[in-house]
Amino acid sequence: MQWEIVIGLEVHTQLSTSTKIFSGASTAFGAEPNTQADAVSIALPGVLPVLNKGAVERAIKFGLATGSHIANRSVFARKNYFYPDLPKGYQISQFDLPVVGQGALTIQVEPLSGNAKPYEKTVRITRAHLEEDAGKSVHGDSQGVTGIDLNRAGTPLLEIVSEPDMSSAAEAVAYAKALHTLVRWIGICDGNMQEGSFRCDVNVSVRKPGQPLGTRREIKNLNSFKFMQQAIDYEVQWQIDTIENGGKVHQATILFNPDTGETRAMRSKEDAHDYRYFPDPDLLPLEISNEWIEQVRSTLPELPQAKQARYVNDLGLSAYDASILTSSREMADFFETALNPSSILPLSGEEAVRSSPDKGRLGGVEAKLCANWIIGEVSAQLNRDGLDMTQCPITAQQLGGMLARIADGTISNSGAKEVFRTMWAEGGEADAIIEAKGLKQVSDSGAIEALVDEIIAGNADKVAEYRSGKDKLFGFFVGLAMKASKGKANPAQLNDILKKKLEG
Amino acid sequence: MIHSSLTQMGAALRAKKISSVELTQTYLERIAQLNPTLNAFITLRPETSLEQARAADERLAAGSAEALTGIPIAQKDIFCAQGWLTTCGSKMLHNFVSPYDAHVISQFNKAGAINLGKTNMDEFAMGSSNETSHYGPVKNPWDTARVPGGSSGGTAAAVAARLCAAATGTDTGGSIRQPAALCGISGLKPTYGVVSRYGMIAFASSLDQAGPMGRNAEDLALLLNTMAGFDERDSTSLQRDKEDYTRDLNKPLTGLRIGLPKEFFADGMGSDVAKAIDAAIGEYKKLGATVVDISLPNSKLSVPVYYVLAPAEASSNLSRFDGVRYGYRAPDYTDLADMYEKSRAQGFGAEVKRRIMIGTYVLSHGYYDAYYLQAQKIRRLIAQDFTEAYKQCDVIMGPTSPSTAFKLGEKGDDPVQMYLSDIYTIAVNLAGLPGMSIPCGFGANDMPVGLQIIGNYFDEARMLNVAHQFQQATDWHSRAPQL
Repeated sequence: MQWEIVIGLEVHTQLSTSTKIFSGASTAFGAEPNTQADAVSIALPGVLPVLNKGAVERAIKFGLATGSHIANRSVFARKNYFYPDLPKGYQISQFDLPVVGQGALTIQVEPLSGNAKPYEKTVRITRAHLEEDAGKSVHGDSQGVTGIDLNRAGTPLLEIVSEPDMSSAAEAVAYAKALHTLVRWIGICDGNMQEGSFRCDVNVSVRKPGQPLGTRREIKNLNSFKFMQQAIDYEVQWQIDTIENGGKVHQATILFNPDTGETRAMRSKEDAHDYRYFPDPDLLPLEISNEWIEQVRSTLPELPQAKQARYVNDLGLSAYDASILTSSREMADFFETALNPSSILPLSGEEAVRSSPDKGRLGGVEAKLCANWIIGEVSAQLNRDGLDMTQCPITAQQLGGMLARIADGTISNSGAKEVFRTMWAEGGEADAIIEAKGLKQVSDSGAIEALVDEIIAGNADKVAEYRSGKDKLFGFFVGLAMKASKGKANPAQLNDILKKKLEG
Repeated sequence: MIHSSLTQMGAALRAKKISSVELTQTYLERIAQLNPTLNAFITLRPETSLEQARAADERLAAGSAEALTGIPIAQKDIFCAQGWLTTCGSKMLHNFVSPYDAHVISQFNKAGAINLGKTNMDEFAMGSSNETSHYGPVKNPWDTARVPGGSSGGTAAAVAARLCAAATGTDTGGSIRQPAALCGISGLKPTYGVVSRYGMIAFASSLDQAGPMGRNAEDLALLLNTMAGFDERDSTSLQRDKEDYTRDLNKPLTGLRIGLPKEFFADGMGSDVAKAIDAAIGEYKKLGATVVDISLPNSKLSVPVYYVLAPAEASSNLSRFDGVRYGYRAPDYTDLADMYEKSRAQGFGAEVKRRIMIGTYVLSHGYYDAYYLQAQKIRRLIAQDFTEAYKQCDVIMGPTSPSTAFKLGEKGDDPVQMYLSDIYTIAVNLAGLPGMSIPCGFGANDMPVGLQIIGNYFDEARMLNVAHQFQQATDWHSRAPQL
């Protein structure tokens, strides 16, 4: 029996302002408990909220980046409930009039199983609204006392709500990753999932095709993509099993336990809160002028999707390569800098090798070659050393310098690998390493001809065999010649000369 | 000296006829003598007050004194003042010593005024008789068997009994004007947003507004000069140029158009109050004013609208009093929910709990549209009535309260009767307009009657002019109770 999976996400992104959304207290992570809790954060009697403009600007950026409607007027509302880490007894959020309205995000989905091909999908964004974070309860004190840390109380969040457009764990993860990339790309969130800067609530339901939506359960607070996938897989199977065994799914809020890989209900709909939302009388409606929106638009970087399209259309890269290169802004910046390093000095007499920019080239380096190196060697080494792009020991300039020497024929691919290994381990510029290690290819046709003549003379029997039709021996001659040149002969040139002399 | 106006007092201080320490000492002695009867103050810190007085005397000696430097002012216990117990009249905050100053307090501190003490009030400003205070009822200095009005009852009694030179109040539905009327003093609730609410413990945020209470309009103008002004810490504070509220005090009233809303002169107003109000209007005519009959058709809905909106906001504003971080916490509890329930059940009084329950109810799922949203719509209609009315008149006048001060305990059993004592004042808060009350005679049992003057938005200077001219022609404001 086929089941259809329906998934929608609510993602809480912590905005990267240095102060809180309604006060001047710091938002830095990891401080001693309550050292960043000012009068507003602890909700002393009489204190009032004042909106942080930086948080609004970040919301506008997000709206622009997802082609969403940005409300000229939105309203802050109070969400009332009691909890010790919620000092006012209400959270200031937005309810019926959010700052960001409908938009969309196009994602690349890589199916998790089988040989299914990657595909593109557009997920609709319902809304995104500004709100303040709560503090946290610190349990497990030696005296059995629960402590309250209000450092995080009042940290600005943008809650991004999607339509239930995703139909597999792979799509949900792809959407979450795309969102994660985007918010870091436009600089509104540091994306640090361990510190809780990017937290996902996943609504999951199942139904038979053509049937109305099933009852959903909400998996709260997932802070890793791996857990998200595991949690969805488990939850989907649980819901299907429950229904197939004659049971019913009840609306509930659930938690995923990474240790057991299971989900369990936190509270059911029966004890759901009545939050008694109403407009916060301490804050005026948030007015955003079109001028403000345009001013923020002018600060937006080129977005991942626009870059992807440009890489495919102008640089001739595959959609897959383009999507990997735009998986983070650091990656894209690295690629573009390596592609067009400004500091390469032309080698005398060989400028002609470097063509003027055309399709496939941004500067002196071929885009495909550059993409291959970054997606291949660079990423593999980063992985191996447990580093991210920002910690890469080789600068994009350095890589570009090396790529230029591949492009202009100075070094062979195998020579390049050696240059790369040296650069990674010891630093230095490509030209200096090539010089020091003597990796320069022999492109002097006279020298290569002499070398080939010697081989032909010394292997008359094999030459005869070759000439009588044993084509496969060509590789044998190449090997001998390379060995004789100590690997430095320009392979293309060597091939040409060898072929000519053997036929001749 | 204690019967002098603030202007006279300031002049005497600057002329060194009296020192601030002497003046403060005089009031402290009078408080020591009369407060046990009146119960107007919750907290006194004589040493702190005198220390401020010494600093003020230095400033006076240095010649850098301002209008209020050295003058002892009492502060309603709703304003957070650093180092002062700030209770808001509630057991819930019986132990809360504020670590910071409200905007109003810091403005008075900057001006060099003396904080003489924190005045008693209805618990969380919810009440019209000062009987809901955890610290006991305040007595009306004109008759100690009667209430002073509320919620700023301690302030009103203290000013009337000359226990301070002047004082502050707050007004959510009439809490400055009604006690001013019942105690025979002057009080002004400014346009919403003129005085910052920062540090003023919130009752109903969209209605709360601080204002001065004193013995005459001129004093109020000086006090408002200190209290008013933009404060970036309050998002509802209005960004306007600084005003001198004394600037128009001496303008003649010739040509002034006074609107008399027919709804304010209908059933419900005591005949003794009506007589005093009529006489006051007559006085204004002598001063050159003309009278226009106007109508505020929706004002009759202001009490029900107010008792939806104010409790709604209060139910949320008072959620922070949960026993977790400060204030009262029940001594014994079994778990978190029990701690909340017991702390709030024991820490709040009956009227506060009633309003939290009303507010919670009207915001609840399924009732929100019928109550809260509907009330907001009517609120706009009430405000529109005033806008229409001001096309025909410059100020609106009427009674502040339907009756003079009632007896302690008289309305305690019937909250609705109590709520109706604010019937003429509430519409002003709903519209966000400025309103004031000045003494205009005496009614039954020789208790004071207050005349309410309602101005258009930001018309405080004109209202003070209108009040001051009346006080130049009459002497109701200088009558003092015999104690």
